[in-house]
Amino acid sequence: MTVTVEAPKQVAPRLPKRRRTLGGRARTGMLLSYLILIGLALIYIYPFIISIAASFKTDAEATQDALGLIPETVTFAAYERLFGDVPFPLWAGNTLMISTIVTIGRVFFDSLAGYALSRLKFRGRAFVFAAFIGILSVPGVVLLLPRFLILQQLGLYDTYGGMIIPLLSTAAGVFIMKQFFDSIPVSVEEAARIDGASTFRTYWTIVLPMARPALVTLFILSFQGSWNELGHFIVSRQSPELNTLTTGVASLVSGQLGSGNQFPLQLAAAVLMTIPVAVLFFIFQRRIMNTTGGAEKG
Amino acid sequence: MALATARPRRRGGIRGGEAREGWIFIAPAVLITAVFLVIPILLAFWVSVSDWNGFQSPLNPRVNFVGLENYAAITVDTGLDQKNFGIAVRNNLYYVLFVVPLQTIIALLLAVQVNRAVLRGRGFFRTAFYFPSVTSTVAIVIVFQFLFTASGAVNAVIGAFGIDGPDWFNDSTGIIHGLLSTVGITQPAGALAEPGFLGISGWEWIAGPSVAMSSLIMLAIFTTSGTFMLLFLAALQSIGSEIDEASLMDGAGPARKFFSITIPMLRPTLFTVLTLGLIGSWQVFDQIYILGGTSAGGTISTPAFLAYRSSFVDLEWGQGAAIAFILFMFIIVLTLLQRWLLAERSPRLRRSGKRAAGQSGPVEPPVAVTPTPGNPGGTP
Repeated sequence: MTVTVEAPKQVAPRLPKRRRTLGGRARTGMLLSYLILIGLALIYIYPFIISIAASFKTDAEATQDALGLIPETVTFAAYERLFGDVPFPLWAGNTLMISTIVTIGRVFFDSLAGYALSRLKFRGRAFVFAAFIGILSVPGVVLLLPRFLILQQLGLYDTYGGMIIPLLSTAAGVFIMKQFFDSIPVSVEEAARIDGASTFRTYWTIVLPMARPALVTLFILSFQGSWNELGHFIVSRQSPELNTLTTGVASLVSGQLGSGNQFPLQLAAAVLMTIPVAVLFFIFQRRIMNTTGGAEKG
Repeated sequence: MALATARPRRRGGIRGGEAREGWIFIAPAVLITAVFLVIPILLAFWVSVSDWNGFQSPLNPRVNFVGLENYAAITVDTGLDQKNFGIAVRNNLYYVLFVVPLQTIIALLLAVQVNRAVLRGRGFFRTAFYFPSVTSTVAIVIVFQFLFTASGAVNAVIGAFGIDGPDWFNDSTGIIHGLLSTVGITQPAGALAEPGFLGISGWEWIAGPSVAMSSLIMLAIFTTSGTFMLLFLAALQSIGSEIDEASLMDGAGPARKFFSITIPMLRPTLFTVLTLGLIGSWQVFDQIYILGGTSAGGTISTPAFLAYRSSFVDLEWGQGAAIAFILFMFIIVLTLLQRWLLAERSPRLRRSGKRAAGQSGPVEPPVAVTPTPGNPGGTP
């Protein structure tokens, strides 16, 4: 498969203006390539499209005609139920609040720590950095039980505090910021500090504005990560009032497995909970997808 | 933080209060990490070697040290606990065997295609392939459940080719068992029927992923291939066009070029993607939890889910912690192996790794930092 797909690649010259002169073989190659890509893109996109369509269908129609793009009878019943019987707005409110605080916390604390580890000289710095590197490899999923235990010990279980505080800083965030500060010249800050600005003031007024690209990256990662977080909210709470979108919508799924006639409701919930992340994704699309490339050019 | 602002710097020297300030700056991150990561792990380790039953604090004096009893219960003592663990390991093993190679190949395929210089609309294709990676696992699972019901979209499509699709998420048949039954083998013979490693018979070990697990394998590939595509794309873009042109001049054929030039140049990234995939797919939890974990005859349970279930549902806290620790050790070994391989094989090209991408003076660090399926950026 890979071989045949690769076949046309080198024949196509890099200069667009020479495309006209391509031979028949190359043109077939291009066509084949497009066909493969369009086919794959359909596989990746179509599930989302029919899901949106099905959220406007009746339960029966969604089950019987899953592939149909246009509902026979357009109904908003699923959405009405989400805002009626199901406490969807409560879940959304919790998620919005938690994600906002977690994102601000991570951007602030991680950049602060990253800056100190990159610029300030103090005893134990190398050790702390090595410890953060070590912690990077702790798999998140084995933390579920430990987190529950400590939250219970501290009396934070089933509180907003317990849901938020453990997420306020991540080793990965500290690492990203430290690497970033290592890559920008120190001279500007030195000037500010010679002029007598305090370290925090230098950091706040001079360093942070320069660090915008890294901060945006951290912002996207943190927001998307906390918006989609599921595991931590399973083990840090039990009250229904503290349900987030992930735990709440997941509870719509489990227990009704295979029944099949709740699909419009579940899909409507899935569509709504995806919108904020999708918006963020489209706003920062170029940065999200080009940065990996940009980093290589450095 | 108010502390740091409130205290004026000593006039003494520029480096004057740096030690104190350094510690104040890192204090929040260090405190959160210590209290919610390091100490909890130690606490959980204690639980895994104790007989704590969930009442009061695990540190209260009536809790006893029981040594490796909990570990023995799931690994060597014959019984249901051992069997559950064995089945979970088997399920996850097949999951890894399918997910890791497939997601790597598909990600590479997507990257190579999207990277073509003359391709129009490559932004669109990139977006299409990457979008599933940013959506929540909960939403993706709902979409997949909808697609893979008995009367769902997938069966409608393959039905058009005359294939009678299964009830995907509820089908517990192992696909290798399924294949064997088509040639008339439905029963184990001889030694295969005996209980083997982890209390599971050889016949059960060779079952293959169940149809339900296969749906989850497809789900994983769907959500992670976009992230890994970006890693490959970055690496492909760093291969200069000179090399392309040189190979063209030397008369290398397309297949030859791909295997003799592109693949070797991509080797560090390939290592990164393979090991990240390996590490990520041994941690699969969210999908299993959302689906209830015990459906399809227990064939979608994994060690990560079993660790959760043993503790929070069966209230076998010690065993749950023991499973989590076995998984922890195993993943740490994989991670160390990855770091060692990357350092060993290609000292110069280390920066093509996802974490290392920021090492040599980039202005914008990559966003795709934690491609663990279903938990992007959420892990510490």
